[in-house]
Amino acid sequence: MPEAIEQHAAYDSKVEGNIIFTQADAAINWMRKNSLWPMPMGLACCAIELMGSASSRFDIARFGAEVMRFSPRQSDVMIVAGTVTYKMALAVKRVWDQMPEPKWCIAMGACASSGGMYRSYAVLQGIDNLIPVDVYVSGCPPRPEALIEGLMKLQDKIADSESAKEHFQSKEDYQPEKSA
Amino acid sequence: MSSSVSTLQDRFGESILEHVEFRGEQTLIVEATKAKDVLKYCFDELAFDYLIDISSLDNFGEEPRWTMVYELYTMANGANHHLRIKCHLKEDEKADSVSDLWPTAGWHEREIYDMMGIEFNGLEDHRRILMWEGYPYFPLRKDFPLAGRPSEMPDVAFTEKAPLEGGPFVTSPTSSSTVHREPRSREID
Repeated sequence: MPEAIEQHAAYDSKVEGNIIFTQADAAINWMRKNSLWPMPMGLACCAIELMGSASSRFDIARFGAEVMRFSPRQSDVMIVAGTVTYKMALAVKRVWDQMPEPKWCIAMGACASSGGMYRSYAVLQGIDNLIPVDVYVSGCPPRPEALIEGLMKLQDKIADSESAKEHFQSKEDYQPEKSA
Repeated sequence: MSSSVSTLQDRFGESILEHVEFRGEQTLIVEATKAKDVLKYCFDELAFDYLIDISSLDNFGEEPRWTMVYELYTMANGANHHLRIKCHLKEDEKADSVSDLWPTAGWHEREIYDMMGIEFNGLEDHRRILMWEGYPYFPLRKDFPLAGRPSEMPDVAFTEKAPLEGGPFVTSPTSSSTVHREPRSREID
């Protein structure tokens, strides 16, 4: 009768086979950039293209950004899609302030980037007057492909950032090596 | 001449200053003080049950400055008549609200107050409708620049002047050169 072959050793292949050695930056950035949860700030016709980007033909889920959160507390990236009027401007700012760090902003389309065709008393001339913008997407409105390219540019930017340093060092000590 | 116009002319006589007919469209210009009476008569007796719109004109540089335009329509008894009633107001005059006749007039009059600054006697809800409470200007007036003016209402909203380099263009009616006819922004102070 053969003995039951069961070997116990210090090496556990079931666990250790799944270990990957990497850098904290690379790991954190990889996780952040592939699960960007957008805050859809749909203010005009760009919002229709934003909805198109999320639906099956373009499928922004391929880039991990399909979870449109209508609560700023659960969002990573604010997509400002549309004309920001002065009446709406401080509301957009407030929603931005409610989003937890780290957070990014995509200005989608001509109006959000620069006021667009509305050189007018009623329209804020670009959301970058109030909140910092990472990616500007041109177009009136942009095609969903353009928005997705903007999202990929943002992913590239996140991949290059020094997340661990930013996280573990205090704000005063942290000096970014590269210009953002 | 449509029957409602002749009825109004018989009823109000001298108060109806002018009657213009253009391709079947009837326009009456009436005295500002009698405008409410004429409109009430249109509503009560002539069955103009639908107020399409109220608008206002700024005849900047002319007296009287404002023109109110009421677009009336009747669908009663299978009729479809369109009647336009205008009256002129001086700069400091108030118009009479017709929101007690047509409830829809409330929003039209709020918009006129918001954009042009004309106030209304008897308008119950006399707030702005598009701009926020505290915005200090009336942006559709001819002496308000296209670029806007800076303003600040803490915690509510602010405005800045929009840059107008490179357009859009504002055309002024004049026979002088293009430079004068199409200045990029026109500010009258």
